[in-house]
Amino acid sequence: MDFEDNAQEAAFRAEVRAWLDQNAKPRARREAGDPLDERYDASAMQRAREWQKIKAEKGYARVTWPKGMGGIGGTPMQSIIFGQEESKYDVPAGSPFAIGLGMCIPTVMTYCGDEVKQRYVKPAVEGSEIWCQLFSEPAGGSDVAALKTRAVKDGDTWTINGSKIWTTGAQFSDYGLLLTRTDPNVPKHKGLTMFHLSMKAPGVDVRPIKQASGASGFNEIFFTDVKIPDSQRVGEVGQGWQVALTTLMHERLAVGGGQGGGLDVPQLLQLARSLELEDGPAIKNAAVREKIADWYVRSAGLKYTTLRTMTALSRGQ
Amino acid sequence: MNFDFSDDQKQIKDQARKFLSEKCTTKTVRKLYEGTAGYDAVLWKQIAEMGWMGTAIPEEFGGLGLGYLELCVVAEELGRALAPVPFSSTVYVFAEALLAAGTDEQKKRLLPKVASGELIGCLARSEGAGAVLPKNIRASFKGGRLSGTKIAVADGMDADYAVVLARASEEAGERGLQLALVDLKSAGVKRRKVTSLDPSRGTAELTFDNANAEALGKAGEGWQNTSRVLDRAAILMAFEQVGGADVCLVMAKDYAMSRYAFGRPIASFQAIKHKLADMYVGNELARSNAYYGAWALSTGARELPLAAAAARVSATQAFDFASKESIQTHGGIGFTWEADCHFYYKRSKQLGLALGPQRVWKDKLVGELETSNAA
Repeated sequence: MDFEDNAQEAAFRAEVRAWLDQNAKPRARREAGDPLDERYDASAMQRAREWQKIKAEKGYARVTWPKGMGGIGGTPMQSIIFGQEESKYDVPAGSPFAIGLGMCIPTVMTYCGDEVKQRYVKPAVEGSEIWCQLFSEPAGGSDVAALKTRAVKDGDTWTINGSKIWTTGAQFSDYGLLLTRTDPNVPKHKGLTMFHLSMKAPGVDVRPIKQASGASGFNEIFFTDVKIPDSQRVGEVGQGWQVALTTLMHERLAVGGGQGGGLDVPQLLQLARSLELEDGPAIKNAAVREKIADWYVRSAGLKYTTLRTMTALSRGQ
Repeated sequence: MNFDFSDDQKQIKDQARKFLSEKCTTKTVRKLYEGTAGYDAVLWKQIAEMGWMGTAIPEEFGGLGLGYLELCVVAEELGRALAPVPFSSTVYVFAEALLAAGTDEQKKRLLPKVASGELIGCLARSEGAGAVLPKNIRASFKGGRLSGTKIAVADGMDADYAVVLARASEEAGERGLQLALVDLKSAGVKRRKVTSLDPSRGTAELTFDNANAEALGKAGEGWQNTSRVLDRAAILMAFEQVGGADVCLVMAKDYAMSRYAFGRPIASFQAIKHKLADMYVGNELARSNAYYGAWALSTGARELPLAAAAARVSATQAFDFASKESIQTHGGIGFTWEADCHFYYKRSKQLGLALGPQRVWKDKLVGELETSNAA
């Protein structure tokens, strides 16, 4: 039991470091922050896109994807190693592309033909096109399959009416993966169909939601008579729920695979030392000490659970 | 990344589980609850034949010399089985005290007997209700003679030897303390059974009246030596706690899936699902903290005291929570003597207090954080 790389992992880490040294500067201190709270102005977005393109050319944009598609056909462990090393450098966070590359594009790659893949995968992995995922609706939070947004077919064209909510990054997205109801007369899971569409299409109205923090990571989207050709269907008519499950399985990996910042112990102790309570400094107070211990135990437990998960990946389990 | 046990260590764990699932069922535990014995002597002998007591004891002192990671996996299985044997007192505490503070002669004389299962050991610290602090230690150890009373000594009814924290000089606080090693068959030693929550462990009050005793470690180092031993024991015991907590979750899940109410298994109700999910999260966090402790123990890392405190707090919380939620999931039957749930609840209390309560370990944890993040 140790925390070391195996020989293959160590070699890859060295390779990644050498490449990062050539292409970026080390970061002074890792900044904590919720990606949903990031404010993307035009210049921040431009920097993020440029860095994404540099990574895609090297095959580090999506380490596990095949060569020529922004990856090197690497293992999940290599992908984690790249992420660990990248986080030590002063480079833009990859979060504008996380939903598209983590969930939408893998779904497109599973269900769409070569023509569609050739059109969309490369621009997404290079960061020139951003995707969002349009599943949740105002009337049905956790019960996604109860969604009401309608798609009605006339000839070769579908007409979309309805609304979606909690869509991360929709305000700067170029494309979206849209789950709709195409048959209201069958049990709820069976009447769904998935599409991809341009977020700039006529009738698509994106309204950012102001969060408690003041930032806007989420959006509400309204669809009014939006026209989609049948060629933008993802999977079969009525197969939308299975397609959505593919997306959501990737979501689990995208969300669960991260390594949260954890408790900032030095900062917390500094606060507890400097804060004067009724009976003296906070750090001497039994209730405060108990709280710090509880937080530490949870944070450390989470950290070492991540390392156990990485070990399972490393051992190919 | 290699933060898990090796295949060989997992094999030892599987063998231990298989062995205990045959030799130590909850019927074995129930016998102790309903009888007068302090431990299961037959099981103790069988465990000794497998060499478990000597897992981490070096070969030169009669052990298997395997290591602490191997001992951790054995501990987890003993915890799962609620094994009614004085393993923790003898192996995690007594043997560790000898290894930490004993002379070569003491180790050669006593450790082989620990490894073979001939010797049961215990640690006697507390002298009554309230915190165990240097100023509260009144037992006196002078000129090879020990006098005083120690109460709520885990496995004290069955132990052959005790390590006793005592005052060796008039110097104040820690500086006056020393560990004494006592053969409990000596003249001047009395034991009285103390009723405790967990009847499957023979808890005792030990009284020493000018009893023969030998020094274990130097005068003035008794408190530090105890602290070092408790850190190491806390990590090993955390594995017992994690093992016990996992069984509580499995029992609760199995029951919830087979018990029907309103025409459906109670496991399909959100109130039950939330309990099971919360138990799982607590157990996994505790397991991860225990693994970090195991790593520190096996490498002698300087982070050991912090790792030990985190493992201890996390495992105590997880077992306490899981044992209570298992009772709640079982409903009425969970509160009966007939159901097994209370064995786990009582063991969780016993283990959670044996090396000192959570409050003390949390304070210690923050103390370690302060030291490693000095202002």
